[in-house]
Amino acid sequence: MLIQRLSLGLLTLFVVSVIIFLAVSMLPGDAAQAMLGQAATEETVEALRKRMGLDQPPYIRYFTWLGGILQGDFGTSIANGREISELLGGRFVNTIHLAVFAAVISVPLALILGLLAALYRNSIYDRSVNVVTLSSISTPEFFVAYILILLVSVKLGWFPSLANVSPDTPFAERLYKTFLPAMTLTLVVVAHMMRMTRAAIINLLASPYIEMAALKGINRRRIITHHALPNAWAPIVNVIVLNLAYLIVGVVVVEVVFVYPGLGQLLVDSVQRRDLPVVQACCLIFAATYVLLNLIADILSILTNPRLLHPK
Amino acid sequence: MTEPESQFESVDAMPPPPRRDEGRLAVAWRELKKAPFSAKIGLIIIVTYIFVALFAPVIAPYGESEIIGPQFELAEKAPPFGTDHLGRDMFTRLIYGARNTVGIALVTTVFAFMLGGTLGILAATLGGWMDQLVSRTVDVLMAIPALIFAMLLLTIFGTSVVNLIIIIGVLDSTRVFRIARAVSLNVVVMDFIESARLRGEGLGWITLREILPNIMPPLVAEFGLRFCFVFLTISALSFLGLGIQPPTADWGSMVRDTSTLITYGELVPLLPAAAIAILTIGVNFVVDWFLHKTSGLKDEH
Amino acid sequence: MSNLDKLTQELRAGRLSRRDFLQAATALGFGAVAPALLTTAHAMPKRGGKLTAGIGHGSTTDSLDPGSYENDFTIGGAFARFNYLTEIDNEDNLVGELAESWESPDAITWTFQLRKGVEYHNGMTMVAQDVVNSFNHHRHADSTSAAKPIVDPIVDIKADGDHVVVFTLEAGNADFPFLVSDYHIPILPTVDGQLDWMSGVGTGPYVLQSYDPGVRMTFTRNPNYWKEGRAHFDEGEMITIADVGARTNALTTGEIEMMDRCDIKTLHLLQRNSNVVVGETSGTGHYTIPMRTKVAPFDDNNIRMALKYGLDREAMLQTVLGGHGTVGNDHPIGRGQRYHASDLEQRTYDPDKAKHYLKQAGLDSIEVDLSAADAAFSGAVDAAQLYKEHAAKAGITINVKRVPADGYWSDVWNNDNHGWCFSYWGGRPTEDWMFTTAYAEGAEWNESDWSHARFNELLKAARSELDENKRRDMYVEMQTLCSNEGGAVVPVFNNYIHAKSTKVAHADSMATNWANDGQRYMERWWFN
Repeated sequence: MLIQRLSLGLLTLFVVSVIIFLAVSMLPGDAAQAMLGQAATEETVEALRKRMGLDQPPYIRYFTWLGGILQGDFGTSIANGREISELLGGRFVNTIHLAVFAAVISVPLALILGLLAALYRNSIYDRSVNVVTLSSISTPEFFVAYILILLVSVKLGWFPSLANVSPDTPFAERLYKTFLPAMTLTLVVVAHMMRMTRAAIINLLASPYIEMAALKGINRRRIITHHALPNAWAPIVNVIVLNLAYLIVGVVVVEVVFVYPGLGQLLVDSVQRRDLPVVQACCLIFAATYVLLNLIADILSILTNPRLLHPK
Repeated sequence: MTEPESQFESVDAMPPPPRRDEGRLAVAWRELKKAPFSAKIGLIIIVTYIFVALFAPVIAPYGESEIIGPQFELAEKAPPFGTDHLGRDMFTRLIYGARNTVGIALVTTVFAFMLGGTLGILAATLGGWMDQLVSRTVDVLMAIPALIFAMLLLTIFGTSVVNLIIIIGVLDSTRVFRIARAVSLNVVVMDFIESARLRGEGLGWITLREILPNIMPPLVAEFGLRFCFVFLTISALSFLGLGIQPPTADWGSMVRDTSTLITYGELVPLLPAAAIAILTIGVNFVVDWFLHKTSGLKDEH
Repeated sequence: MSNLDKLTQELRAGRLSRRDFLQAATALGFGAVAPALLTTAHAMPKRGGKLTAGIGHGSTTDSLDPGSYENDFTIGGAFARFNYLTEIDNEDNLVGELAESWESPDAITWTFQLRKGVEYHNGMTMVAQDVVNSFNHHRHADSTSAAKPIVDPIVDIKADGDHVVVFTLEAGNADFPFLVSDYHIPILPTVDGQLDWMSGVGTGPYVLQSYDPGVRMTFTRNPNYWKEGRAHFDEGEMITIADVGARTNALTTGEIEMMDRCDIKTLHLLQRNSNVVVGETSGTGHYTIPMRTKVAPFDDNNIRMALKYGLDREAMLQTVLGGHGTVGNDHPIGRGQRYHASDLEQRTYDPDKAKHYLKQAGLDSIEVDLSAADAAFSGAVDAAQLYKEHAAKAGITINVKRVPADGYWSDVWNNDNHGWCFSYWGGRPTEDWMFTTAYAEGAEWNESDWSHARFNELLKAARSELDENKRRDMYVEMQTLCSNEGGAVVPVFNNYIHAKSTKVAHADSMATNWANDGQRYMERWWFN
């Protein structure tokens, strides 16, 4: 089964690369022109088109690129001729660092808050946690970032407003510099996971077996952690995975505000300049991350639901 | 437990269908009166927003894009909230924002749920090649970073409101699909579905009567959040230079346009952000109430 | 005190002479303190410190190839590392940099005498052949260099010994020494017979330490820098901070000492911060709204004049630029430029005159499409809305068509399918350069597709004219032609606005050819 899923994953990556290729080719405006901007002349555009291989038909360009990938060669950036693997390496590490940092804070936090909210549903605690997380989730993330910067950085001066790490930044300083972006992301994702935890557990509390457990006199806390939670994993894990994927893939805006050199900014820049090899490489990395996380989620869902393991 | 017996007999009919002779309005009114305080607040918020959205041109003191004075005029000179970065009345823009933002978000979310929910349940129920086909398509769509994909598609097809709704709706529906399918899978393997199948019930009946009611709560919880994610997507897109076209007022772009003010501790940008937050809270309070009712749990406090 | 602050800033921005400043300060009742203020503004440069600059431009797709420089990050980085044949100094004068002097008998053959003994960062000595190679880098057949229009008229470049370079042009150009100050053409070393642009080595004030495109560039002071009284910082760092809110925050928290491209909307709030000084220069950058003069109805000059009178420039200046700029007079020459036609009457908003011209065209009212996207300049769509409101009073209906920002320059601008749209020009330091690029018949970027026989004749004559007065007359006439018959509405010239910590100082006047003291802040500024 695992092999089947993995090959499906590869197929997904292939289809993604085709879609991205088509989408980028369909963008309005000539790629060479976009690269040169307003400063382009007919002559220089023509020369660049040749260099970019735009004088060849699209499918040839695609297969040339695919051939390179299959040999492990991501190619070079059209815009500045740098090796893509080298261009991406450091940024990929940065992206993962920030995602893991935010996940380490937000996932346990969301689970605990969600469990407590389900346990003490409709209490003042439940209501206020809801209001706070809902407000934070419904605020655009760049705005959350601005508010955090204003309070923690400008007014209090505890953390820097720029997370401009470089490859040789020591780990402790890296944590210090990326604290505010990680907090921003935490505020953005925690509400979603917390509410799903709460909803999934409350949904199960009415099930006959929970009723039975309650009738047997098992205390509420134990019912939730030992009886409800294991059966509520499927939707919770799904939401966690969605949010983890988001932490890796969707943080362009946070990267821009904190000047954090991650993959998202690179991808946006490259889309604007039609730097196809870089766009493709970034998208493939994101897609691979996503496929992998998905696989893990599916496996976890099956492991936590015995019925799925042995369908009748 | 309000009706413990019915719980044990079958899980499929929650809440009990209202009896015809009583009249739906009367039932609704009775339920409403019983609703907890927070749900009432939520309902009041939603009704207010809908009212404002419907009657925006009547309530607003100025035209949607009318310039009434200099930029960032203080609240004292242009009550109640001052002017925005182009000298348009902030209050007017907020009111029109309700119309545009809530309308677009609602249509987009409903579209995403119809599409994603239906496909999710069908995939879980039917299984086999249909499940494979849809799941793999969704995998592909989700594997592409949503914001970037939306950016690419909007650039290709143009940033009209209809395109915005369709593109965000389709991308959002993939998320809905995943959750709908996951929770449906849990239900599909339950004994009562098995027995319904043995009874020879059709696909439509099983889907609508057996599965849908049982997966409704997580879906509704998701709806409450997806709804506000649409605002956020629009506002993130406007951060990247796409999104709703000016001079149409929408809260997401309004936050963006005035956001640099927050750097100086000015509160103007908080207004559209607060408008989004209050609506989100209101919607989710109502969602919580529904969640609570359908869970069949009795109110413990 | 705010009036005085403003005056002091004006003085620093170079828009006020020291005499004007003293007079104005005395009028305000600050006569006694004013001379003291003058001396603080005039402090002696000091050596030391590390300047960190937050720059709004810069993309991960940037390259070290000088032919590809096109944004403020790459331009600033170039001026920090490189020298050019000539330089526009901080008072906007043309002075020699790597060229000590130049001469030309006919404006066709130009002979540049090079400075002797100038060393590159890698220890090599700069020679004439390097200059030849540096220019040829942009000249070869499949060059994609943005400097191609500048080097194309060069027929031949020859090194005469190690210290003389001779250029031969296809036609006379009195401005040639100006053109070679262009940031695309730094003088670079030749390694193994090849021009070495990959290493980032030059002869300039700072040595490149690291470069991560779209992220940062770091430098250390060039210990052997030949120029006196320049390069005061020990170290420099440029960071790309694309988001203006983030830039402002970083300046407020002291993480950077200087930022460019301030947010005009909140500038008054930034000025309240006592640790920050806002600097402004009025340059050659301007917005244009070109009409395609060969497309109906814009082929009728009466219609063009009606549209020119139908715009309230003052209101557009206030709304789109917050007043940080000057109104334009439908020609592309800035007030600070040598041959600016200051006697030409300023065109104002006049619906009656607009109606008059409509009548001349035989019309009572007219409906025209105006394409706009914020790709042209930030606020272009707002500007279009304003224009629509203004023109309505003259019986002109403007249909604002918002078009996608992506692909704007290739699909909308300079295209007959969009008869009227918005555009932006960074400006060119010489009149000839500007006119030749955007108004000459047949020029690729002649965005209004304008061809005017007298104008083109003057353009050619003025280019090779070495007599200052005759030249001035010709350029004034060309500006008048442009204004009264040209295809472009030129509503406003925008100011360059930057902000810096009060710790950062610079000379009284700043260059206006580019933003941030001609983008030579690394070389010219210091910590007090």
